[in-house]
Amino acid sequence: MNMLKPVVASMLLIAGSVCAFAASEDDYKAAYAAAEAANKEAAALRNQWTTTAATLAAAKKSADAGDFDKAIATAREAEALARASIFQATSEKTRWKDMEIR
Amino acid sequence: MRLFSAIPFASAALALAVLTLAAPSAPAADTVDPVKDATAFKKFFTDKFPKVKLEDFVNGPYSMNEDLHRQWEEKEQFPPYEFSLEMGKEMFTKPFKNGKSYEDCFPNKGIGIRQNYPYFDEKEGKVVTLELALNRCREANGEPAFSYVKDEMAALTAYMAFTSRGKPMDIKIPNDPRALEAYEKGKEYFYTRRGQLNFSCATCHVQSPGERIRAEVLAPALGILNAMPIYRSEWSGMGTTSRRFTTCNSQIRGVPLSPQDDEYRNVEYYLSYVSNGLPISGPGARP
Repeated sequence: MNMLKPVVASMLLIAGSVCAFAASEDDYKAAYAAAEAANKEAAALRNQWTTTAATLAAAKKSADAGDFDKAIATAREAEALARASIFQATSEKTRWKDMEIR
Repeated sequence: MRLFSAIPFASAALALAVLTLAAPSAPAADTVDPVKDATAFKKFFTDKFPKVKLEDFVNGPYSMNEDLHRQWEEKEQFPPYEFSLEMGKEMFTKPFKNGKSYEDCFPNKGIGIRQNYPYFDEKEGKVVTLELALNRCREANGEPAFSYVKDEMAALTAYMAFTSRGKPMDIKIPNDPRALEAYEKGKEYFYTRRGQLNFSCATCHVQSPGERIRAEVLAPALGILNAMPIYRSEWSGMGTTSRRFTTCNSQIRGVPLSPQDDEYRNVEYYLSYVSNGLPISGPGARP
């Protein structure tokens, strides 16, 4: 039984790695889609940021190179940037008046 | 979370926090009063820069800095926009293929009318800028439209501005609620922060004229369009009002809109109106 332990552990480890790799690609696709959707929302508000587009492109580049960990992190960063631009556009709907010369 | 992914998240969170803190909320409900706005606008700048004559604000950074002003006076002996001006004059008088020319599209044959642009077209219900009117003239005469940002468009507007030099900006807001709405939307665009740097037009041109942003001295918003189009040393060429708006947007990390989109037309209307009375000085030259 003791001799079987390393074999079972190795099999589990290999199976785990395969699952993790597959999950990473799906996670990337989900993260990218979320970022893209948020950026489209920013476009509808006429307030996209150039950095969001650049970060989305960087995420895709990492995914194309097979580095899904980096691609996911970058896509999530793109989503955070897009959400910040949405927040900015929404809050500025009233806050612009604070800057007005009266 | 790994370090490389933690850093972007921290920066995004920080950006969001800055956005939240940068804008205290105290909007006041009020009515649209362009005359009052224009008076307050002029007062703001003349109070801020009491030594600058009102008509000198149209000279942008040169009105803010004595050294730059001296350099500019020397530069005006052989102005860098001269080639564009000559090209514009030639283009303006040359007939289209159908025998007509730009002269047929404008009042007073297009001479000395720059100060009346942009105007609110009550038929269309929108603001019409000089650049837009020029391309519409071309298309109506079977010619392809020019790029809005430089070269031919800059040359044509340079020539038209030159024929209006010294004439006071004279923008009208007709008694039409749509015109007032366009003006108000232009004002909103001017003061709205955008881009990752969270800048509005006013951040540079109201809060910080005369200050440096890297090597540049920022121009005051008052009269800023009176000098358009401009030769910019930074561009190594001429640029139109459209070029100025779109590059301002990208410099603050915002995706620019298309030239002559409604937002840009409206902000040009607002900025030109509040500079009424100041002389046309275009074409201009800028560092």
